[in-house]
Amino acid sequence: MQHESEIREPLILGNKSYHQITEDIVKPIEGKATKYWYMLLTVSVICFLWGIWCLSYTIGTGIGVWGSNNGVDWAWDITNFVWWIGIGHAGTLISAVLLLFRQKWRMAINRSAEAMTIFAVMCAAIFVLLHTGRPWLDYWLFPLPNQFGSLWVNFNSPLMWDVFAVSTYFSVSLVFWYTGLVPDFAMIRDRAVKPMAKKVYSLLSFGWGGSARHWHRFEEVSLVLAGLSTPLVFSVHSIVSTDFATSVVPGWHTTIFPPYFVAGAVFSGFAMVLTLLLIMRKIYALENYITIKHIEYMNIVIIVTGSIVGVAYLTELFISWYSGVEYEQYAFLNRATGPYWWAYAAMMTCNVISPQLFWFKKLRTNLTFTFIMSIIVNIGMWFERFVIIVPTLCRTFLPSSWNMYHPTFVDIGIYTGTIGMFFTFFLLFTRYFPVIAQAELKSILKSSGQEFKEKHAAHGHSHDAAH
Amino acid sequence: MSKVAIHAIYDDEEPLMATAKELRSKGIKVKDVYSPFPIHGIDAVIGTPRTRIAICAFIYGITGTCLATLMMWYMMIHDWPTDVGGKPSFAYYMNVPAFIPITFEATVLCAAHGMAITYYLRCWMLPGVKAKNPDPRTTDDKFLMIVETKEENKNNIEAVLKNGGASEISYK
Repeated sequence: MQHESEIREPLILGNKSYHQITEDIVKPIEGKATKYWYMLLTVSVICFLWGIWCLSYTIGTGIGVWGSNNGVDWAWDITNFVWWIGIGHAGTLISAVLLLFRQKWRMAINRSAEAMTIFAVMCAAIFVLLHTGRPWLDYWLFPLPNQFGSLWVNFNSPLMWDVFAVSTYFSVSLVFWYTGLVPDFAMIRDRAVKPMAKKVYSLLSFGWGGSARHWHRFEEVSLVLAGLSTPLVFSVHSIVSTDFATSVVPGWHTTIFPPYFVAGAVFSGFAMVLTLLLIMRKIYALENYITIKHIEYMNIVIIVTGSIVGVAYLTELFISWYSGVEYEQYAFLNRATGPYWWAYAAMMTCNVISPQLFWFKKLRTNLTFTFIMSIIVNIGMWFERFVIIVPTLCRTFLPSSWNMYHPTFVDIGIYTGTIGMFFTFFLLFTRYFPVIAQAELKSILKSSGQEFKEKHAAHGHSHDAAH
Repeated sequence: MSKVAIHAIYDDEEPLMATAKELRSKGIKVKDVYSPFPIHGIDAVIGTPRTRIAICAFIYGITGTCLATLMMWYMMIHDWPTDVGGKPSFAYYMNVPAFIPITFEATVLCAAHGMAITYYLRCWMLPGVKAKNPDPRTTDDKFLMIVETKEENKNNIEAVLKNGGASEISYK
């Protein structure tokens, strides 16, 4: 057994046995759903349905129903796409990067963070598929022979890289998530009483038995998948940023974009993980597993990535001035003081100033404050993408094509719809899937569980006294 | 001489590990161990061969690299060269910087999915397969060790298992 320093705070609170962990994790699945769950689900489904209506209206009529226009041809669609993809990044970061760094605190949160990744990428996909204007021709995105309607796709284009990056990211995340879920589904299967549940979880668990040989392969597969997902997650948002950076539009044509986008993605993703987990730990009484320490760790990631984002904003400003290119200078002057100055101000306040409050330990261990901050960061990161896209496009090279952008009810409706879809899927996930990777958690119970740590400490002291 | 499989259930992983070590020192082979989570270090004790699945992943990855290279060379250089945005496409080496992102993604795609498919097939885990653990409690909090032995040795081994702290012993 691995021993852990006494100074490290326990990651599993209370006196838990292996069986108690099982009981706590299956409780939301085997028990009845609470009224909060039904309330949240109702609201989410209503938003989701409204989004579906707006989406159908867009497909039926054309994207003229959006606020996008001849100058601002990318607007809320791409803003929301980048925002959702960014949110997904935290899930992979938690499950892959923290696995490579052997961070045990990931085990309580990786499952739900990965679920979040998958649902967020689905939301992002909606925008990217719709914004083509004729979504029934979206199969043109695949490298199909010329007689299917177009020439071969253009592999020089970052938009094409995006197709490969996002679809690889989605499918690899899904496989990673599911491979981890299999042993936990088997645990539910083995204790299921209702025949229907038994049947469904039997199908889902693929006959997992947990023999030493299979665990050995399981661990190897997890490690290699983590190793593959780590560069993958950094590549995805880097490629998304090249959608902008390889263009010759002032304000977009910058080499800082890939690292700046990745940091922003992790920043907003952790904020969304916090929003979800703070609600989930409360509704499902998971306070002993998702502890204040977990929340604090995530808040520290938010300070770090938030500061990287802040430095990136300031670097961009400095370089635009130092470059001496007046178009570049104007692009940033326009962002900060032009017609959308309020969006820029919101971005700066939410992303650069507010996360710095987490330097205070009192604040980063306060749940209410963390929850409010997680929402603020998500709003801030949405504005970041809006600021990059809309204010830039509404003041390009030709003043004759300068115009303002106003979202229509359809823009707002589809965005609300994706939020509804995201929460609907997440709520269903928490109800029917094991929300904590219990098998992994059991493996750290003896090194990081409160009871075992205290026993070990007591034993250690008596041992010292004997000398 | 007929063979018999002894199933010993343990409540914790440490006694199981200690017993497995003792059995190994006596030259008795443990057939398999079922546990709710991976017991670190058990593989060496019961002699599980090191998995080669990472090597498979590497081969799948290289395959992905080659396929992507071949695809982009064929479509952009060979079949229909197009000059897009002044990026020369008369030879592969001229265009290759723009191909790197997709080459990388295809490598990861093939490595990850190839490895996952191999893993599921090698462990024979598919939808509809019957649960492989002999005792359903081993996914919750029990640890099961199976020792296969000849009829005549079974009392000897049973004693070792019992002394090691097995809470239940049965024969299959």
